Amino acid sequence: MYLYDDFDRTLVDERIDEFRDQVARRLSGELTEEQFKPLRLMNGVYLQLHAYMLRIAIPYGTLSSEQMRMLAHIARRYDRNYGHFTTRQNLQFNWIKLEDLPDVMADLGRAGLHGMQTSGNCVRNITTDQWAGVAPDEIEDPRIWAEILRQHSTLHPEFSFLPRKFKIAITAASHDRAAVRVHDIGLRLHRNGAGETGFEVMVGGGLGRTPFIGKTIKAFLPKRDLLSYVEAILRVYNQYGRRDNIYKARIKILVHDLGAEAFAKEVDAEWQVIKDGALALDPAHAADITARFRYPEYERLDDNPEELRKARSSNRRFATWLDNSIANHKVSGYAIVTLSLKPEGGPPGDATAEQMESIAALAGRYSFGEIRVGHEQNLVLPHVAQRDLPTLWEKLETIGVATPNVGLVSDIIACPGLDYCSLANTRSIPIAQELTRRFRNLDVAHDLGRLHINISGCINACGHHHVGHIGILGVEKNGEEFFQITLGGRADEQAELGALLGPAVPYAEVADVIEDVVAAYVELRERPNELFIETVNRVGVEPFKERVYATR
Amino acid sequence: MPLVKNGKIIDDPYLRVLDDAPVPDDTAVIVPAERLLADAGDFALRAGRTGVLWPNARNVSDLVPHLERLSLVALIFPTFRDGRAYSQARILRERYNFRGELRATGDILRDQFLFLHRAGFNAFEVAKATDASAFVDVIRRFSVFYQPAADGQSIALRRRLDHTGSRSATNSMA
Ligand code: SF4
Repeated sequence: MYLYDDFDRTLVDERIDEFRDQVARRLSGELTEEQFKPLRLMNGVYLQLHAYMLRIAIPYGTLSSEQMRMLAHIARRYDRNYGHFTTRQNLQFNWIKLEDLPDVMADLGRAGLHGMQTSGNCVRNITTDQWAGVAPDEIEDPRIWAEILRQHSTLHPEFSFLPRKFKIAITAASHDRAAVRVHDIGLRLHRNGAGETGFEVMVGGGLGRTPFIGKTIKAFLPKRDLLSYVEAILRVYNQYGRRDNIYKARIKILVHDLGAEAFAKEVDAEWQVIKDGALALDPAHAADITARFRYPEYERLDDNPEELRKARSSNRRFATWLDNSIANHKVSGYAIVTLSLKPEGGPPGDATAEQMESIAALAGRYSFGEIRVGHEQNLVLPHVAQRDLPTLWEKLETIGVATPNVGLVSDIIACPGLDYCSLANTRSIPIAQELTRRFRNLDVAHDLGRLHINISGCINACGHHHVGHIGILGVEKNGEEFFQITLGGRADEQAELGALLGPAVPYAEVADVIEDVVAAYVELRERPNELFIETVNRVGVEPFKERVYATR
Repeated sequence: MPLVKNGKIIDDPYLRVLDDAPVPDDTAVIVPAERLLADAGDFALRAGRTGVLWPNARNVSDLVPHLERLSLVALIFPTFRDGRAYSQARILRERYNFRGELRATGDILRDQFLFLHRAGFNAFEVAKATDASAFVDVIRRFSVFYQPAADGQSIALRRRLDHTGSRSATNSMA
């Protein structure tokens, strides 16, 4: 956990005062909705189809039990008793009243939470690996750098009115769980030949209407130069990014139009001028931020203790959950536990106030008071002693977050779609719900293995459909909901955009088509453990297409 | 439209000459970029102060040879959403050390004041009178900033270290 100091707290408090004043001016009529819009957006307040929506920043997906309890309180007191975790490690409340907003913000502020950097054309909440700090395959904790960047980009005077929103993601692990190649800036911490750690810098990745995989413009950037280099990128983008067309305004279009090399040259020219100025970091800066991260005092424990072995051999359902939802921790005797927010028939990523409270309490008891939010819209307890797993499992079962479907076909990522979003062409949550029913049989799901389905209700791609192993995109055709299906996308270190399966299909047929695609995979796979994505890579979409459209 | 300079509402001493009209010799004027660049020699010989209205799509490095003789640079925000002039302002202040009046023009509303001020602007053509009179309050709303900019703030990371440094110094004396 990062601990706020007076400095951080003061800034949040001042922001809350300012917002209270802005809401008062709106309610009194001094501000029109048009004038109020940019102000509320800078605090994470959107106007949706039915009500205002508040998006709360969860920097790099790390929450304390206290913060989770506060979110439960907001859900209960000001909303309809639930919240929605998003693909950007944020939380959304869908039913907040305008006049309540200042109080909501003040309550949140007491727990160090706010809505800054969750909307508007600024640098958005910085995301990273939800297993940061505990993953065995990382070289160091990327949240240190996410926090340094968070601070630098918060209310930045030069970069709060960029051509478009700007997303940065960081990974420090060999397996990329932060999807850095589909961000405006992707950063990968790694070691160079001399054994120093620094960043590979990628720019211009992104989904949406024109998806691109980010291009590497610097193979190794020393840590001291992180802020100055990012500032140089932002400055080039702020001046030269397109502002005449909202669909061409993201940095990916600038990088594409100029070419990655020419873009890198521009950045470098700017960077040379500023790199030795006020933004140069020395090791003391990183050490100071690191010192503000509280790490658990782990006990010395052995892996696979007796309690665990016993429970595993005596309870098959527990064993299934263990194999599915537990990942290796870098400290022996501990485990990383994923809590599935994808129960059969449920909207992906939703949690009720009761669930949030229970999870806060369980985290306090079993995970050193810490919770993570992953971009797959699941939660994580990052520091659970393995001997506690049987007890924890029972409690998670009781509150409905122990469905052993993590990473499987029913662990679906879906945007809010037409149920909430004013930009939507189609529904996406009901499709996800129907698919979780079709694939409710866990034995089947386990036999299918890792398979990511991603659903977006329009081309804005909040559900990251391009990088789903199966992507589902809602489009409108003559006033009706249609869906394009893509296969073979992935967001990890081998990031790839999915290829179109064939003509769009109507709402009523989507679940059938996905079942056909999955059945085709089972026939086409070479061996039982060839993953869906591997089969698609090997055979391409053609055999799937034949199978799906033969009877349609 | 009220003009706020250095925190006060003042009368604008500058005359705007945005066409080809003759420029009075001893009056303070603001002229468009093309005119300044075309007649740079003439403007250098004037008795009155000269300011330029600089487009937000043009590199401010083109202005460098003339900066010494300019008392004002006015930058443009066609809408508050178009933030290019923030970069221009910082570059003028921080890289080219421009010390004259840096004026924000266009769609200037109270909720941009602080960003503008921090980017190096010290004069503001404010769209609404109520916003102009609230200027000082708005600027003071925040007392802490994370990042260095043209307003001379130091980086938060650095200030924290200084702060911790002085605190531990006190501790060791106790
Ligand atoms: S993808 Fe489209 S429909 Fe879905 S949340 Fe984003 S904007 Fe709304």
